[in-house]
Amino acid sequence: MSNGVKKVEGITKESTQSMIDRTLEAYPEKGRKKRAPHLAPNDQASGSACVKSNRKTVPGVMSARGCAYAGAKGVVWGPIRDMVHVSHGPVGCGWYSWGTRRNLMSGVNGVSSFAMQFTSDFQEKDIVYGGDKKLAVLLREAKDLFPLAKGISVLSECPVGLIGDDINAVAKQMTKELDLPVIPCNCEGFRGVSQSLGHHISNDTIRDYIIETREFSEPETPYDIALIGEYNIGGDAWSTKPLLEECGFNVKAVWTGDGQMEHIAATHKVKLNVIHCYRSMNYMCKVMEEKYGIPWVELNFFGPTKIKESLRKLASMFDDRIREKVEAVIARYDPEMRKVIDEVRPRLEGKKVMLYVGGLRPRHTVGAYEDLGMVVAGSGYEFAHSDDYDRTSPEMPDATVIYDDASEYELEQFVHEVKPDLVASGIKEKYLFQKMGLPFRQMHSWDYSGPYHGYKGFPTFARDIDMAINSPTWGLVKSPF
Amino acid sequence: MRQIAIYGKGGIGKSTTTQNTVAGLASLGKKVMIVGCDPKADSTRLMLHAKAQATVMDLVRERGTVEDLELSDVLKVGYGDVKCVESGGPEPGVGCAGRGVITAINFLEENGAYTPDLDFVFYDVLGDVVCGGFAMPIRENKAEEIYIVCSGEMMAMYAANNIAKGILKYASSGKVRLAGLICNSRNTDREADLIQALAKRLGTQMIHFVPRDNEVQRAELRRMTVIEYAPEHKQADEYRTLARKIAENKMLVVPKPLEMEELEELLMEFGIMAPEDESIVGVAAVRA
Repeated sequence: MSNGVKKVEGITKESTQSMIDRTLEAYPEKGRKKRAPHLAPNDQASGSACVKSNRKTVPGVMSARGCAYAGAKGVVWGPIRDMVHVSHGPVGCGWYSWGTRRNLMSGVNGVSSFAMQFTSDFQEKDIVYGGDKKLAVLLREAKDLFPLAKGISVLSECPVGLIGDDINAVAKQMTKELDLPVIPCNCEGFRGVSQSLGHHISNDTIRDYIIETREFSEPETPYDIALIGEYNIGGDAWSTKPLLEECGFNVKAVWTGDGQMEHIAATHKVKLNVIHCYRSMNYMCKVMEEKYGIPWVELNFFGPTKIKESLRKLASMFDDRIREKVEAVIARYDPEMRKVIDEVRPRLEGKKVMLYVGGLRPRHTVGAYEDLGMVVAGSGYEFAHSDDYDRTSPEMPDATVIYDDASEYELEQFVHEVKPDLVASGIKEKYLFQKMGLPFRQMHSWDYSGPYHGYKGFPTFARDIDMAINSPTWGLVKSPF
Repeated sequence: MRQIAIYGKGGIGKSTTTQNTVAGLASLGKKVMIVGCDPKADSTRLMLHAKAQATVMDLVRERGTVEDLELSDVLKVGYGDVKCVESGGPEPGVGCAGRGVITAINFLEENGAYTPDLDFVFYDVLGDVVCGGFAMPIRENKAEEIYIVCSGEMMAMYAANNIAKGILKYASSGKVRLAGLICNSRNTDREADLIQALAKRLGTQMIHFVPRDNEVQRAELRRMTVIEYAPEHKQADEYRTLARKIAENKMLVVPKPLEMEELEELLMEFGIMAPEDESIVGVAAVRA
């Protein structure tokens, strides 16, 4: 199936384009002209992006995008558990990004993990007189209170960039004074068009301040790998890391889910980087490839079909020892997965789902829905770039609608016409669609569930999707619309 | 590559002095880039013979984000192969000009404007170090040498002393140093002596006394430096001398800014300020 052109009954390039055109009609001319290139029917055979992306959001539409700070704090830095992460600026940014992404952590809070909210809580006087001295005080206090933290990140909120506080100078001075890595990240929210630039800035910061500053204590082996772009949402890394270990690999570092700074800092010594979320971490994979000659491979841990494909792709890069282990792992889990599919598939066969999420899920989860017999009838990203859409095109059925930085209005119109049985998107979309009487799953944080990655995650995913679509609740709800 | 920032009171002649000096350096065969850090964007007009080039912030505003810019959009080559960039920024009274400077310099760094073939980078900065943005050029890994343009007028000297205070803050945490005062003469009394005395108190030097000459204005009307407009004129020699002195300068100091009383004493000593008569302070005209 994955090699041939996939079709969805009733959806043609013409029908999708006509739906897009009708949706765009509501916009004033200028907005329509700007939005049009971001919406298009998929051309599966082309294998390349059919929409424009990574452009400034059109003013006035309700975008679901975040900001550079969100990409830095929420995505890249927040999950590193043994560091203190300081939100430098007024209190709100830190507060509302605290733990909301459900990147789970092991360890003892305050001892080996620091899942707390640290902020410099800017006041009027800090804006006027600068916050650099306050930052130095905060850093000393953090070290005093939590002497076991392995480092401190300083994440700039908007006003820090506006008043031009030199956090890099403070960080340098305090690294010396505290004898602890203090890492400045200039991720002011107003930079760039979306959270995507926050990922990039954070990758650059890891490149400049972290990588190569530590070595692994154990001797090197040919099977040392790092798992990149795995954020342990709902415990995902606790499924993928053991799976890779079962296949014979030493997973030396996870970037950054339940991550440890010193392991991340020594990643320049691994033999291969396995990347899951390409969007948020491809930058560092490319840096490590150029600088240390470490190859990287993109894998997909959603659903048995893609997991199997991915593990075999990975095994092909190693020796017989790994290849045998991988086959044994597949042989062991395949029947379990078959059982899960046999149970839920009859209830989900042919059901349609539309996706609108972030970094990798709009393409990586397609196979998992297909494993359940479902049809993905539309997909899009909040902050992807062209290379993400290139990778999406072959995964999505031909002629289905692809939307970049979609507005609430566009999604609503598409859902009215495509009539999916499930919408899988984020918290901003959730209540819109539930009020339309539609089953919905919050696919940024796994809707308080998870893990969804790996063989351990798939049964949970299958159960949740089955539960969402087939809950009797929806029979009792009558949408007022 | 030496990176140099030029500060000084508004209207003192920073941009004119910078461009003439840079033209002098170029005539010595040096490769130079000028980064204009002033929303007025007039730091490169004498090099480019143009009113104002497309500034970084103008293009950011037009295209939406700084990520959409290419270096070639904003980096122009002027007289003597000098590379010219203007940060640009808002008109007075709105927005944040300081952030414009930060954005522009970050952009130049990320896009490889600082090529190894450059001998000098000059930052021509708006007036005083009024906020963190205008201190951007003297942050770590940027300008380590600062020249303050001043004259024998009282306010110009106040400003010079204030700028020295700003430099002191950055000098204590980094490598930035005061390299000298450039006296851009206003023909006030004992001007050279006074600036030399101020320089001495600050712990630095008056690197050059640039006399006042209308040839500068004649060149400016043609949007040219004196060096290009009238290379044989004696004023062109002055700028070439200043350029050579800067190229050879090794005197980089952590400044010792003066307390207000000390500065006033100095001004009184040179007769620029009269001693205050405490008996008349706060006394209204009728009763006096």
